[in-house]
Amino acid sequence: MNGRIKDRKKGWAFLFILANVVLFLLFFAWPGVLGIYYSFTDYTGVEANFIGFQNYIELFQDSSFYKAMSRTFLYTALGVPMIYIASLGISVLLVSNYTKGKAVTKTIFFLPWLISPIVTGVIWRWMFGESFGFINYLISIIGGDPIPWSSNGDLAFMVVLFATTWANTAFNMLIFIAALINIPKSYYEAAELDGANGWHKFWYITLPSIRGTSFMVILLAVFHLMKEFPLVQALTNGGPGTDNTFIVQYIYQTGFDQMRVGYASAVSMILFIILLIFALIQLRFEKRGRI
Amino acid sequence: MNKLNDRVSTGLLTTAMYVLALMYLFPIAWLLLSSIKPGSELFSYPLSIFPDTPTLENYGYAWSTMEFIKYFINTLIVTVVTTVLTIIASATCGFALAKYNYKWLSVFFICILATTMLPTEVIMNPTFMVIQYLGLYDSLAGLIIPSINTATGIFMFRQYFLTVPDDLLESARIDGAGEGRIFFKLMMPIAKPITITLAIFSFQWRWNDYVWPLIVLSDPNKYTVQVALRSIVGADNINWVLLLSASVISIIPMILLFIVFQRYIMDTGATSGMKD
Repeated sequence: MNGRIKDRKKGWAFLFILANVVLFLLFFAWPGVLGIYYSFTDYTGVEANFIGFQNYIELFQDSSFYKAMSRTFLYTALGVPMIYIASLGISVLLVSNYTKGKAVTKTIFFLPWLISPIVTGVIWRWMFGESFGFINYLISIIGGDPIPWSSNGDLAFMVVLFATTWANTAFNMLIFIAALINIPKSYYEAAELDGANGWHKFWYITLPSIRGTSFMVILLAVFHLMKEFPLVQALTNGGPGTDNTFIVQYIYQTGFDQMRVGYASAVSMILFIILLIFALIQLRFEKRGRI
Repeated sequence: MNKLNDRVSTGLLTTAMYVLALMYLFPIAWLLLSSIKPGSELFSYPLSIFPDTPTLENYGYAWSTMEFIKYFINTLIVTVVTTVLTIIASATCGFALAKYNYKWLSVFFICILATTMLPTEVIMNPTFMVIQYLGLYDSLAGLIIPSINTATGIFMFRQYFLTVPDDLLESARIDGAGEGRIFFKLMMPIAKPITITLAIFSFQWRWNDYVWPLIVLSDPNKYTVQVALRSIVGADNINWVLLLSASVISIIPMILLFIVFQRYIMDTGATSGMKD
């Protein structure tokens, strides 16, 4: 009797995960294995010949690969702190006792979450247009020369960073707000009795209390930025030239536009290993810290 | 003295908050204002913040030249169908992962977490081959079926069901309820908040998705809104009059969703188990 119930439970458990198992196998495991296989072949859409590590050797000698990779790292290294500071700063303001009119501003800060990466790219491209953009117009009013936002690689990169921060604040802000309101009020009251000022309270109470949340926000942002693609497609199309071509766009261009599937797959595997390393770092921290 | 200090702080911080809010609002406001300027005004210096002769002409133009209805319907089908299926799959899977103890379930959970490290963006070529092999290429089904599986959705439901006491299930089992009944009659109603949260997420993911339609679709008749927009912005000579108003139109469903579900969205961090 008991055994039959157990069997039935097992059957149901299997049934419950069945759809996800099939989808996992079809659209994750299969392409994953296929990607590893392609990365060792010269596949260009016709015939796949095994060529060993040739693709990997080639890409490590390819300056365009290094360029895309280093640009992506720089983007992540600058973008993640910007997102972190913006979303934490705004959520601190939104839970502070010293601010008024929170409901309206919270809605405003949240709006960018609704907007797709493509439209975000459109919006920022429009604002930072060189000869017709609003920002250059403002600069011309105060007497400056128009700034080449789209023809200078580094300036275009800055615009991408602004747009990224703008687009990614909303969601992280919600996560931070949830964490901030869970900090016991008594901590702050005790600190006040000891004469702590606002900055002390933020540095010694708020930041340590939300350590776990901070870590999660940073890791999610790193993952997100490492594989950024649509925003840049709409904003600069990776340009000027290939100055702001990030790694996923690089994979797309080599894999689809040039049909160098084997080579693109090798790049994919490198990116996978990088993401894996980030995830393992997180696992270590999580084991050492909370939970 | 202290009171004065408080008032100064309030004034300063509130101002700072509003300045920031204005900075966040401006890009959207500028898009809206630009979209109701007639084409001739769009590029005429000096720029004016508010249009001299506001017009809705551009919207009509975008609506008729872009076959927006078609793109809207395509995107809506994909978004709604995927969202419904995602919820069913994620809820059942999350429930199984939270409430049954088998080794193979833990293994599968690790597999699901692994999918976050090898997202579709990273393996676009092999995914494209699989899609073609399965006969899903250039069909809306090819957008829907792969997108049903989401680690975030499964994780959200799992975390939520972990907080439901096992006693509740046990007493239902003693009363003779089967596992399927327990799930549909008892667990799904409890999980309503998380269902709504995931529905909103999924709607946003799918409506704004770009990578999957880019891989799967080639026939412009099947384009989703995002791919259609990308085709305008990717052109050598961008038709800004068209692009601006088309962009605004593409946001409307998300704005409606936000207005209806605002309460749930704003509480997201608190209910989704994402806060940990």
